[in-house]
Amino acid sequence: MQDQISVDITIPNQTKYLGLIGRISENLAHAPIRFSGDRDELAFHLNLVLTEAATNAICHGNEEDPHKQLRITIVISESCLTLKVFDEGCGFDIAAMANSEAKETDEEGRGIQLIYRLMDNVHYRRQEQSNVLEMTKYLR
Amino acid sequence: MQLTTEEHGEIVKIVVQEERMDAHNSGSLKEEMLKLFDEGKCNLVIDLSSVRFVDSSGLGALVSGFKNASTKDGNLKLCCLQPQVRSMFELTRLHRVFEIFTSADEALESF
Repeated sequence: MQDQISVDITIPNQTKYLGLIGRISENLAHAPIRFSGDRDELAFHLNLVLTEAATNAICHGNEEDPHKQLRITIVISESCLTLKVFDEGCGFDIAAMANSEAKETDEEGRGIQLIYRLMDNVHYRRQEQSNVLEMTKYLR
Repeated sequence: MQLTTEEHGEIVKIVVQEERMDAHNSGSLKEEMLKLFDEGKCNLVIDLSSVRFVDSSGLGALVSGFKNASTKDGNLKLCCLQPQVRSMFELTRLHRVFEIFTSADEALESF
C-alpha cells in the first residue's frame, strides 16, 4: 500500500480558527512525504491556500454564520496533495471570482486568484448537502 | 490585534505585534489607521517585523490604508518584512505599489 496521510478537521465557522488551520497545514508540509522541492515554500503555500479557502467558506459560503461548521480534508499521497474545503451554504460563483483580475489597488479579490495560481487543479461543486472546493497540487 | 503606535513628529509608526495578519484580525489595523486619519495623522509607517504570515485580507487592510493616506496627501510605507511576507507582496505585485524599507529608521527618514 502506498504511504498516504489523511487529515479531517471540522471547526466552527469562525475566523479565529484560521491560525489553527495555518499551523496544521504548515506542519504537514514538513511530514515525511516524498517531496524534493523547498518544504518551507510548500508550507507557506499550503498555509496561504487553506487560509484563503477557509476564509471564503466562512465569509461567502457559510455567510459568516457562527453556528455552521467548516470541514477541511487534506490527503497527501506519493504523487499529489489534495485539499478539500466544505461549506454548508448556497455556494458562490468561483468562476466570476477567479476571472475578475484584481487591480493593484483593489482591497479585495486576491484570495481565489492566489489559490488558482498556487494549485494545479481547482474545482468548486455541490456534493450532497455541502459545497466543496477541491484543490490539487502535484508533488514533483 | 495587538498594535502599538509611536509618534515621530508628523509620522506615526504602527508596530503590528502579531505573527499572522488574516481575516480574523486585519480589520483592527484598518480601524486603527482610520482613527489616525480622522485625527489628521496621514503619514504612517507600518512595522511588520513580528508578522510571519499575511493573507489577502491583511494585504487588503494595508491597501486600504495606503489609498486613504494618499487621498489625504499623506503616505503609508512599510518596513521590516519577513521573507514570506515579502513573497506575498511579490506574488500579488503589491511590492510595486508600496515603498518598502528594511528598517523602521529608514522608513521614517524617507518622509
